Amino acid sequence: MSDIPTDLKYASSHEWVRVEGDTATIGISDHAQQELTDLAFIELPEVGLDLTAGDSCGVVESVKTASEIYAPISGEVIEINDALQTEPGLANEDPYGEGWFYKVRFAIPDEIQDLLSPEDYTEQVNI
Amino acid sequence: MRTIPLVMEQSALKKTHLYNTHLSLGGRMVEFGGWDMPVLYSSIIKEHKSVRTSAGLFDISHMGEFLFEGPDAKKFLNIILTNDLSQLESGQGQYTLLCQDNGGVIDDLYAYRLEEDRFLLVVNASRIEIDWMWIRSQRNANYKSLDLDMTDISDNYSAMALQGPNSSKILSFLFPEILTLQKNNISQISFNNEAIWASRTGYTGEDGFELITPNIQAVELWEKIFKGGQSLGLAPAGLGARDTLRTEAGYSLYGHELNSETTPIEAGLGWAVADHKINFLGKDTCVTQKKDGTSRKCAGFKMIGKSPPPRENYIIFDSSEDKREIGQVTSGTLSPSLGYGIGLGYVESNYAKPGTSIEIEIRNNRFPAEVVKRPIFRKPD
Repeated sequence: MSDIPTDLKYASSHEWVRVEGDTATIGISDHAQQELTDLAFIELPEVGLDLTAGDSCGVVESVKTASEIYAPISGEVIEINDALQTEPGLANEDPYGEGWFYKVRFAIPDEIQDLLSPEDYTEQVNI
Repeated sequence: MRTIPLVMEQSALKKTHLYNTHLSLGGRMVEFGGWDMPVLYSSIIKEHKSVRTSAGLFDISHMGEFLFEGPDAKKFLNIILTNDLSQLESGQGQYTLLCQDNGGVIDDLYAYRLEEDRFLLVVNASRIEIDWMWIRSQRNANYKSLDLDMTDISDNYSAMALQGPNSSKILSFLFPEILTLQKNNISQISFNNEAIWASRTGYTGEDGFELITPNIQAVELWEKIFKGGQSLGLAPAGLGARDTLRTEAGYSLYGHELNSETTPIEAGLGWAVADHKINFLGKDTCVTQKKDGTSRKCAGFKMIGKSPPPRENYIIFDSSEDKREIGQVTSGTLSPSLGYGIGLGYVESNYAKPGTSIEIEIRNNRFPAEVVKRPIFRKPD
């Protein structure tokens, strides 16, 4: 079973979004890290980059496979989690905390409404 | 995030006799060579480390087994295989290759001399049908008069590999006689009054054993080994760890370092080609290439500095000023033992020397790497 916190929003591509004021923190879900298993390398977008929702904005590599991560919402990248560069396993151990990926100043508030609720994401994961 | 679907049509996949055992151990099943096999149980890195420090148990029932018996068995096999079976006494085995006339590799395999006129070949899962068709066509076309029987016994036998420094201790609980089994040797032992074969071989770079058993005993043999080994740190290990272990050891995998377009010499397997034999399939190419060299060679490499792991098909470049494309990665992974990316690939021959600086292109960026000797990882003594 995977952990799906109820205070977050989700993308069908398994990213989570935590909204605080006009910024949003983004990471990958517990389900995603379980599917990927041991993360070996994480490539994050550069600070200052303007992302459009749906853009491929990074790569997570497990021992076995490389998978792209997609921007769940549009906005400018204002911070990235540098700790993941040296310790990608943080995204396995604490996907919703220490293992966050990047923060954006979001451009289109309506996009957040379009993300999946924890209930909808739970349903997607359990199919 | 979008992951690549790992699973093909489930219904079309073959299952080994240990399938339910894998499910009960929490194995994550994926397609491999037409089989539904466990890629991991807990974590590739943990399973890998278990094998390096204690022991791991792998299901290798998907591999194929062929028996050759009769007064001309050795003669026939010495024509179709590159290595020399005359060098084996009863109970010994060797790594060898099955090649086309032009030297292109059909499969790489282990050949055991069970008795004077009785041989066992253990072949790759994905190549069973192709090998068998090739061997039969050779026999029927050119060697019909030879006196031998050949049987594909793959469907009747299961197999497992016990690998790692604690393997002999674990296996000796069940079979004390294996303690005297030498590297590459094979011995018939009795389990529940059935004959099984135990060889001191493997694909991980560690000490270990491979056991070939009639299907009916597979589950019980696995469980007995598993139970006996748990106090010594034995873990079930999947194909994921098998691949990272063999890559660290620098072993070739068919479909990656080897295919019908590569020769044993290009792959760096000339030591398994016995050119002193009067004749064998692929001899002309192998002898010429050993003498004149080849334009490309398989080489091991390691990433230098922070880099994503290298992957199959990534392009290899010269690291000097001209930055020319010089080859391609055939296997790549994060090395769980070393903590950085390693791989195998084909490069122009003058770049294959250990110590040569190269670059690997990963998603439009070039990362520095260095050619290294195989095995890529060697345990400190």
